Amino acid sequence: MLDVFTLFLFNIIVYNIPLLYGTTGEIMIEKSGSLNLGVEGTMAIGAVVGYLAGAKTDSLLVACLVSFIASGLVGALFSFLTVTLQANQNVTGLTITTFGVAFYYFIGNALSNSAGGWPKLNGTAFDMQSQPIHIPFISDIPFVGKALFSHGILVYVGILIAVLMWFYFNKTVPGLKLRAIGENPAAADSLGVNVTLYKYTHIIIGSGIMGLGGLYMGLNLGGAFEGSNCWINGYGWISIALVIFANWSPAKALLGTLIFGFFNTLRVQNAALAYAFPDALGWLTKIPSHFFSALPFIITLIVLIISSLTSKGRSGEPQAIGRNYYREDR
Amino acid sequence: MEFAIELKGISKSFGPVAANKNINLSLAKGEILALLGENGSGKTTLMNMLSGIYMPDSGSIFIDGKKVEINSPEDSSKLGIGMVHQHFKLVEKFTALENIRIGIRNEGRLVHGADVRKKIEDTAAKFGFEIDLDKKVANMAVSEKQTLEILKVLCYGAKIIILDEPTAVLTVQEIDRLFAVLRKMREDGHSIIIITHKLNEVMAISDRVAILRHGEYISTVVTKETDEKTLTELMVGRKISLNIDRPIMEKTHPLLEIRDLTVKNDEGAVAIDHINFYIRGGEMLGVAGIAGSGQKELCEAIAGLRKIEEGQMIHEGESIVGMSPKKILEHGISMSFIPEDRLGMGLAPSLSITDNMILKNYNEAKGIFVDRKSARAEAQKVIDRLEVITPSTETPVRRLSGGNVQKVLLGREIKSGPNVLVTAYPVRGLDINSSYTIYNILNEEKKKGVGILFVGEDLDVMLELCDKIMVICHGRLQGVVNSDHTTKEEIGLMMTGTINIVNKEGKTDGIAKDSAFTDEEGKA
Repeated sequence: MLDVFTLFLFNIIVYNIPLLYGTTGEIMIEKSGSLNLGVEGTMAIGAVVGYLAGAKTDSLLVACLVSFIASGLVGALFSFLTVTLQANQNVTGLTITTFGVAFYYFIGNALSNSAGGWPKLNGTAFDMQSQPIHIPFISDIPFVGKALFSHGILVYVGILIAVLMWFYFNKTVPGLKLRAIGENPAAADSLGVNVTLYKYTHIIIGSGIMGLGGLYMGLNLGGAFEGSNCWINGYGWISIALVIFANWSPAKALLGTLIFGFFNTLRVQNAALAYAFPDALGWLTKIPSHFFSALPFIITLIVLIISSLTSKGRSGEPQAIGRNYYREDR
Repeated sequence: MEFAIELKGISKSFGPVAANKNINLSLAKGEILALLGENGSGKTTLMNMLSGIYMPDSGSIFIDGKKVEINSPEDSSKLGIGMVHQHFKLVEKFTALENIRIGIRNEGRLVHGADVRKKIEDTAAKFGFEIDLDKKVANMAVSEKQTLEILKVLCYGAKIIILDEPTAVLTVQEIDRLFAVLRKMREDGHSIIIITHKLNEVMAISDRVAILRHGEYISTVVTKETDEKTLTELMVGRKISLNIDRPIMEKTHPLLEIRDLTVKNDEGAVAIDHINFYIRGGEMLGVAGIAGSGQKELCEAIAGLRKIEEGQMIHEGESIVGMSPKKILEHGISMSFIPEDRLGMGLAPSLSITDNMILKNYNEAKGIFVDRKSARAEAQKVIDRLEVITPSTETPVRRLSGGNVQKVLLGREIKSGPNVLVTAYPVRGLDINSSYTIYNILNEEKKKGVGILFVGEDLDVMLELCDKIMVICHGRLQGVVNSDHTTKEEIGLMMTGTINIVNKEGKTDGIAKDSAFTDEEGKA
């Protein structure tokens, strides 16, 4: 019985991490005053390119690097279009999403139909490296050890990124400058902050972080390409909503993604729960499974409504978000 | 004389428009130089070239006798130039300390680095600033924000300080305090350029005055050897009279009466707190108060744009509470509000003058098509009457200079023939010439028997132009004074809430003797 619980907790973490990557990446970009709606596409590109590189070299490290670089390049494209050419951020972001998801299907279909076929993950060294790590003693602690300290390396990296990002924003001068740009780029500019450089750097890094989330999702699904279903499956969009829920704070993003992890786990494990506790939770089986699949999106909607109702809920929103900055604009 | 700055032959164009033409200007070390010129004479453009926001097309800049190139705000800051912009460049969400911290170099990478706070506090103490470093800018009053801006540039070691219209948003007492700080900075060896439209301030603070007209440099005069009249003539290029007319009219019955009005602002706090006042026909009532004392909310409430919490508004015997803005307009109350960014309210910047005319009375046209022909004729009338400078009636409003935009807005409002005209900051940021045109327009309306509510900033102007002035502080009425029987100082003290004369000698300000209110209504 305890096992069901442990597994449930374990899965919450597993399902929250891709969202955490997407959300923290987007927070970094939005803090610089840019609204990037291309999360879904950026994650898709990071996923497929990183996965293929990992399968080719049999190395998780290479997969991560390539994924980060590939999605970072997408970020560079976004920066070039919106910062240098002053294109509309919303349209650019949507274009990137459309392009990224299409790119995923294109590569996937092309490879699946080629002679070698889509590279399998199962049993490779690449697969082994992404599997949960057993940390001596800590992982052996009953319950907690299995639920919290028996995860793959990318889980810890994701949490580390959120913590570091919080520190960066709140305690360091470059973080202060970044936030100043998001709030009032003209003020930052007048103080000698290189607005263009800051925007480029942080959009690229933020996009890179999203790409890692995409890679993680691909690995989590066993690396199998299906022609009908993208690995990212709308998580990029939920990430954008979570940024608002988290009030633009990486620390709160951790909490927010855990809630979504919970509902996702419910989707996967509702039958197991109902079986383990037939009296208390037996009713779970009566709910159609499609409802559980739709649940994250329904929750997103509810969360957006609640956080938009309270003015305090959006206190972390950068004031200059979505507007391009041009120094000589009057 | 040793020079802190010398500009030689500076020119700058924006497309076909030449903003600065061959300008020569010098700032001596340890002096306060006033830069004077009408709107659009190129003062701000010139200063922005010193602060690294624009780059000159030609000409050279010398700092401390050395030729320099200023390509970015960073270069400017390294040369010891600090600019306090007209629209503050502060991050609202940050504290004072964080705002200053952004620009401090060589103090490590952590926000609360070892000596940062101490250094800022020392600088503040040296010049006698009182400032709470942990207060968020969003919670600061305008004068505090300005203090922060000045402290900021001093902390970065600026020796040359440029202030762009620093007094526009301050009260009389705050201006005195600012000038005291500027003198202290001058004693300390700083060189200062101050841009202002107000001649009395130029005379009070500056050592020399440099004058620009239509982008060209006219001359530099020593303040002690000149007077306001000479300066005006240099600035405008011809002789003008400096007196504002105040025609005295036969006052009629109260047109608009406001009783016990309470209005909340966007944040839900009380912005206007149980205010009483009335306007008679042929009368101009001024509204004085520190920026953000509820002026905007008051105007919006009268125009029907903001829900009122309590109180009554009676226009010619009929309550206008709860009426739609359109209904109120048809009733004869017209409101024009010039916000700080000047374009934000009332006009659509990308539309032409004609189209902006249509915005107000689109529903008068028959059928579903826009009647552009008559609108164009009306636009032409406004242009002719108010001397709007524009290539045509089809020019987008955005392309006009600030003064002309304001004339278009006011012209449209008086075109509908209101009998109560509410106008807020109609001369905000305008030069003397355009301001006088606006005053004349208002006076003409007054002569027609229109009651005017004039929300203003410049007390000197209000004392000359308005018949009576009501003073508000934090949304409360501090009293209504007759312009002929008061002083600037008294109004200043009322604005800060030091004096309240609403109930004096047994009568209450703001309630008319021949009120249209019945007794029960008045009490309700």
